[in-house]
Amino acid sequence: MSEARDTVLGTIRRSLGVTGREAPRRDAVEGRIAAARPGVIPARGQLPEPARVALFCEKAEASAATVARVASAAEVPGEVARFLRDNNLPATLRRGADPDLAAMPWGGTTIDVTAGPSDGSDINGLSRAFAAVAESGTLALVSGQDNPTSLNFLPDNHIVVVAARDVAGDYEAVLGRVRDRYGKGTMPRTLNFVTGPSRSADIEQTLILGAHGPRRLHIVVVDD
Amino acid sequence: MTIHPTSPQFKDNAHRALEDRDLQKALGHVRQAFIAKRAAAAEALPEFEALRDSARDIKQHTLENLDLYIEAWEDKVTAAGGHVHYARDAAEAREAVLDICRRVGARTVTKGKSMISEEIGLNQAIEAAGLVPVETDLGEYIVQLRGEVPSHIIAPAVHLTRDQVEADFRRHHTHLDASRDISSHYSLQAEARGILRERFLAADVGVTGANFLVAETGTSVIVTNEGNGDLTQLLPRVHVVLASIEKLVPTLEDVGQLLRVLARSATGQEMSVYTTLSTGPKRPDDPDGPDEYHVVLIDNGRSSMLGTSFEEMLRCIRCGACMNHCPVYHSVGGHAYGWIYPGPMGAVLTPALIGVETAGHLPNASTFCGRCESVCPVRIPLPKLMRHWREREFERHLQPAAVRGGLGVWGWFASRPKLYRLATGLAMRALSIAGGNRGRFASLPLAKGWTDYRDMPAPQGATFQSQWKNRRAQPKRAA
Repeated sequence: MSEARDTVLGTIRRSLGVTGREAPRRDAVEGRIAAARPGVIPARGQLPEPARVALFCEKAEASAATVARVASAAEVPGEVARFLRDNNLPATLRRGADPDLAAMPWGGTTIDVTAGPSDGSDINGLSRAFAAVAESGTLALVSGQDNPTSLNFLPDNHIVVVAARDVAGDYEAVLGRVRDRYGKGTMPRTLNFVTGPSRSADIEQTLILGAHGPRRLHIVVVDD
Repeated sequence: MTIHPTSPQFKDNAHRALEDRDLQKALGHVRQAFIAKRAAAAEALPEFEALRDSARDIKQHTLENLDLYIEAWEDKVTAAGGHVHYARDAAEAREAVLDICRRVGARTVTKGKSMISEEIGLNQAIEAAGLVPVETDLGEYIVQLRGEVPSHIIAPAVHLTRDQVEADFRRHHTHLDASRDISSHYSLQAEARGILRERFLAADVGVTGANFLVAETGTSVIVTNEGNGDLTQLLPRVHVVLASIEKLVPTLEDVGQLLRVLARSATGQEMSVYTTLSTGPKRPDDPDGPDEYHVVLIDNGRSSMLGTSFEEMLRCIRCGACMNHCPVYHSVGGHAYGWIYPGPMGAVLTPALIGVETAGHLPNASTFCGRCESVCPVRIPLPKLMRHWREREFERHLQPAAVRGGLGVWGWFASRPKLYRLATGLAMRALSIAGGNRGRFASLPLAKGWTDYRDMPAPQGATFQSQWKNRRAQPKRAA
């Protein structure tokens, strides 16, 4: 290994007065990583499902997202069409290969839906969230063919579909599901936690939406 | 190649800052915006204080086992297809980034906001190598146009007014219509968005910092509101993460704890808009993301802070709450501190990184009001650590002779209580009489540093010690 690596680790050990071979320290570190215990979990998100989803919607709106609830996946295209129309946006949509999104009845709308990652020219992007967090109105999206990460950031308007049953109370519950999906200690390339549309207050602490990412974030919660 | 510190000229810097009208107008936004927002966010979460304890304990535990967590993290980064580069100092860190850029034939390098990048002077090195560094955080972009460094660790351009930003944009964006209206915050942001969007799409290498490195998974975490950090790491072929060694945390759950105090302490948000966990390069079937993922793990003086009283400073998660609440920062802004890190955290960290002989003024630029410690999400005892630097400064004879002499005289009296009481009692009576009807002094011998700027009130009544003694002697009243 590199000389720099040896020096850095060596200086850390000298400063701490350790060798790195102490069994109790190694056991403590391995045990802590293996256990991955949650710490203090706010009571706020620990609610039964109807109240949990309601809290998610309230918190997402507080972060300047808009939220619509629909009764089934079949109603999603209609809601997306309404959102585009009401905001005077073109009837185009870019989505990934997500089978749930692909199976929705887009033919009943006039929206021109294309599939694949964004090259930066798309006005509207559509994703399905891996999960959501009621505590702070946060979406969790994972990278991959189904929902390319570029759709989360390049289009001006980001529409995200999330199933009510995927709304968790806290981040830790979502991290647990990520572990179940990808295996302990393994992660997708990108896990995005998204709370509201892009913003900056860098000029005179005046908050303006749409800094580099989407100017609008519209969340469609599917209750089915 | 790192910026030349002007910390030794702190007093001159502060004088200039106090007379700078634009700066004073801009600093009003710090005083108004940050404090109320943090207070409201803390108030709205009953578990906030318990989360601060949890955050402190996580960071402290990790520091005490840092060697082992780094090894565990490195194994995971490598297993995910990433590369770890160790850098002992700023020069090695710059070289590691430039090596990567040269190997892939990079021309432009986009950058997410990173204080460690400022610390190692990366932009200057990239330019010197003939490449173009592009800061993409709005505040960092503005500061880069002006050839400045950030004046705040989370709000780099907080020292500027809207009018100044408009003037900078007009000076630099000369390809745009000179008659365009960019007088509003919105239009300025929209102009920067348009210009930087092209840069994002054209970049060869993207450099971000890291708020956390996760040992459990080999993940780096960045937190932004703009989304610039994400476009920086998503679009180019190569993603380079710059991180100092104290960014390690054990698990994803530990990140959850720290996130809950980070945004609340920084901007008063419950969560920043984008919290992004990145692990390795894109996977074989990923349609987007970088082909290469590198982490440059930087020491640059931190490993020597472990095991000393300054170890606690390494818990810092760079939220900026200490400077947002600091009356000295409110008065003089960040540039007066003369290097990279301003405010109370800078007053403790800067002497550790560039030497107390260069940065000795900074731990003295404090009113010791204690607000910084009271809002620190990881409970760093900042005033105590500033006092430690003052003691070291004294031990190493770095202060002017008059200060050392004065402290010596005071110390001689203070260690002789009876004499001390007699002397202070006499001095008080003399000053009280000399103060006369006015009750204050416009000038005093040996106290010019005070009376040049405000009157010195004449003491009244008894000394603190005698008042204390009298009160202790009185029977306690029932509550």
